[in-house]
Amino acid sequence: MSMPFEEHDYIGLSEVPAMENSEKNNGLPLGDNEKKNTAKVLNLKATELRLGLPGSESPERETGHGGEDKNGYQLGVLKGFVSGAKRGFSDTINGGSGKWVYSGSGGSEVNLANGGGLFSPRGANGAAKSIGAGGVESGSQQTFVGSGVGKETVPQSPKPVQEKKPQVSAANGHAAAPAAKAQVVGWPPIGSFRKKMAINPPKTDEDADAKLGTGCLYVKVSMDGAPYLRKVDIKIYSSYKDLSSALEKMFSCFTIGQCGSHGVHIRDGMSESRLMDLLHGSEYVLTYEDKDGDWMLVGDVPWEMFMDSCKRLRIMKSSDAIGLAPRAMEKCKNRN
Amino acid sequence: MDPNIKKTKNSADSANYPEAIQSPSQFPDEVLEKVLSMLHSHKDRSSVSLVCKDWYNAERWSRTKIFIGNCYSVSPEIVARRFPRIKSVTLKGKPRFSDFNLVPQNWGANIHDWLVMFAKVYPLLEELRLKRMTVSDESLEFLAMSFPGFKALSLLSCDGFSTDGLKSIATHCKKLTELDIQENGIDDVSGSWLSAFPDNFTSLEILNFASLNSEVSFDALERLVSRCKSLKVLKVNKGIGLDQLQRLLVRAPQLMELGTGSFQQELMFRHCMELENAFRNCKNLQILAGLWDASYVYLHVLYPACSSLTFLNLSYATLRSDEFTKLIAHCPNLRCLWVLDTVEDKGLEAVGSCCPLLEEIRVFPAHPFDQDINHGVTESGFLAVSHGCRKLHYVLYFCQQMTNAAVATIVQNCPDFTHFRLCIMNPGQPDYLTDEPMDEAFGAVVKTCTKLQRLAVSGLLTDLTFEYIGKYAKNLETLSVAFAGRSDWGMQCVLGGCPKLRKLEIRDCPFGNAALLSGLKKYESMRSLWMSACNVTMNGCRLLAKEMPRLNVEVMKDEEDDSHVDKVYVYRSVAGPRRDAPPFVLTL
Repeated sequence: MSMPFEEHDYIGLSEVPAMENSEKNNGLPLGDNEKKNTAKVLNLKATELRLGLPGSESPERETGHGGEDKNGYQLGVLKGFVSGAKRGFSDTINGGSGKWVYSGSGGSEVNLANGGGLFSPRGANGAAKSIGAGGVESGSQQTFVGSGVGKETVPQSPKPVQEKKPQVSAANGHAAAPAAKAQVVGWPPIGSFRKKMAINPPKTDEDADAKLGTGCLYVKVSMDGAPYLRKVDIKIYSSYKDLSSALEKMFSCFTIGQCGSHGVHIRDGMSESRLMDLLHGSEYVLTYEDKDGDWMLVGDVPWEMFMDSCKRLRIMKSSDAIGLAPRAMEKCKNRN
Repeated sequence: MDPNIKKTKNSADSANYPEAIQSPSQFPDEVLEKVLSMLHSHKDRSSVSLVCKDWYNAERWSRTKIFIGNCYSVSPEIVARRFPRIKSVTLKGKPRFSDFNLVPQNWGANIHDWLVMFAKVYPLLEELRLKRMTVSDESLEFLAMSFPGFKALSLLSCDGFSTDGLKSIATHCKKLTELDIQENGIDDVSGSWLSAFPDNFTSLEILNFASLNSEVSFDALERLVSRCKSLKVLKVNKGIGLDQLQRLLVRAPQLMELGTGSFQQELMFRHCMELENAFRNCKNLQILAGLWDASYVYLHVLYPACSSLTFLNLSYATLRSDEFTKLIAHCPNLRCLWVLDTVEDKGLEAVGSCCPLLEEIRVFPAHPFDQDINHGVTESGFLAVSHGCRKLHYVLYFCQQMTNAAVATIVQNCPDFTHFRLCIMNPGQPDYLTDEPMDEAFGAVVKTCTKLQRLAVSGLLTDLTFEYIGKYAKNLETLSVAFAGRSDWGMQCVLGGCPKLRKLEIRDCPFGNAALLSGLKKYESMRSLWMSACNVTMNGCRLLAKEMPRLNVEVMKDEEDDSHVDKVYVYRSVAGPRRDAPPFVLTL
């Protein structure tokens, strides 16, 4: 399964659109090394590259705003902006009805660059696509910042060109497959109330099963230094946050009592956040083995995709996690 | 016959209709008015008012219900002058594409000035039905206080108010029979509005608050339902669970229309049986909706009520095909069905088998933004329904793929379509088997379905589709076009044909000034034209505005390109350019 660009949207950032477009522009994932496998949303606000036009509002960045999506990350929920995504319009459009989530489209800019006209060339700028879009109902009124970026990078083609093919990410090379499609404003034409229901569909068990296919459910979880492994059914969790809380509880008996070589002092009645620090902060890093046999950092991909491809989990000592989570490494070093 | 026999008001005009004066002038006005008062259709009344001045007057005095399809086509003053005895008003505001976020906020369509006029001229106003209007809490309070006999309020796709406004209505409208709040963009502050109905208030017949999120006091609701013995329609929101539903049904077995709350709660077996009995006792139930998060486990409680159902709205219940099939088997009398595409083609096959009386079907996408084409329905589902339901005349169908051949067969099976709205969700998608444009599909529709009034097209379409539409769609009144056509010629064909066209809404098509201007003469016979993300420029719009002074040509400009027009909305009006246009709307 190809990994469209939009996967980066889910990584520990509370604010998506500008990130999105900056990523698209550079073609580089933004600081992927900074992406943590944790459910904690990192506030990178100060360091974030923002490419909105002057005067553009930036989307809300507060965590916990309007609730987190199932990945435990704050997905930027973008209001529907009018086709054309004009600055003026995007400012006048308030939350109200359409809570739109746009597909991260390596697609849109790339398409335009390739001369594949967009249906709403001014409008369909990529932003976060929520695959299986879970519960993103941000109460904030978020202006789509990226449109400004779109304007800079996109050759102005005011005439919408009729595409014969489904609008796809040319970058993926999947010309016919419905890969990273840019979402078009107001399309498909369903009313805002129904749209809200669609973004937040009640999932039946069947749905969840269908998505997993024959994917693994019970996976082994090992923790470096622990005498035995555990098994968890990752199907019962709906987000990275859930999973990490569960793992914390499961492995707390191993972390308590460990002073750690980094001089972390353990007190009785250690708080959860402390544990979290241990587990996800400097001490340990959560990784998983995917279908291809590679060891991956947990948290990069949407939850469903993770569930589908995870074969086993490993709570790795950060000192071993060279190349996987250098930031964690730095954190460790700093503590010394 | 002596042309001087004069009973009616205006003899001068009678002379203009020499043949006609004999008959009309033999009727005293009172008789004429009485006869005309039995006319209810707006179109009939419009025709009647054009016969002669006498009939015009008789009609205007006898009209009690007024329907205004575009609130800007006329002004409150003009309405007040012409119709002195109005009791019921229906007003529609924003262009339909505002439902899909194509119209910016604060565009207009505010009800307030209308209400002020109505308070002056129609103190006995009883009904107000609004669609896509902006309504503030102040307006709702004003409404509640100004019309002592007010009975029915229906707000569909409106915005600008909050649940506080509803509180005013509940508090002050002592004779309220209908409160219907649907799919509005409102501020859902709290559910306390429901508790504002006074204890001695008993007149409610219709209550629909299904699309409000905040929880109401169940106690208040239960008491309200108990004391309103004439309650016929009750549609609750998700906050009401199954056990609460049972209690409500027990209090209101006379219900004809029910919208359940959440259908997912854990129920003990005993309660399940009680709920099933409650449904069994609702002998008049014809319409069932709600069923949020319907878990298959509890659907059986509906079975006793299913055989009398004529309209089943499952569009918020993600049922799988096997679950749905079992349910639909109990509903042989359905005339109208709304479902989610989670039921898939198999579910639609079951519809074809079980519901021979079906006249309307709407299939909504459960995951409209999901690109996985393995979900949802295809052309086979539609075909299956058309095979089994030969009376089908209304369809709204969201799908991922379609073929020309399938559509041709479908309309052969069901030639009586009046409303054909097909949405192939991938813009510009061709026939997936032949890779050809979908022209022949819609050609088949307009050629075969001579009664077609409303058409929405999708998929890859060339100008040929529009040639067909212009040539064959003689009864077409509403046409929605998106991502279609090749050149101006397409739109020109439609404007040159379609004699009954009233509403044309177009987005993202390569139609430009030539197309826009080809409809010069036609727009005055239409309610409105909407074009967005097309190739129209300011010059084209200016020319249109100049040539046709009785049209309002409103543009929303393209931000970068001053000459290019992002959206243009053209409508006929006897009220002149509107005075409340926001800064981003330019009236030319």
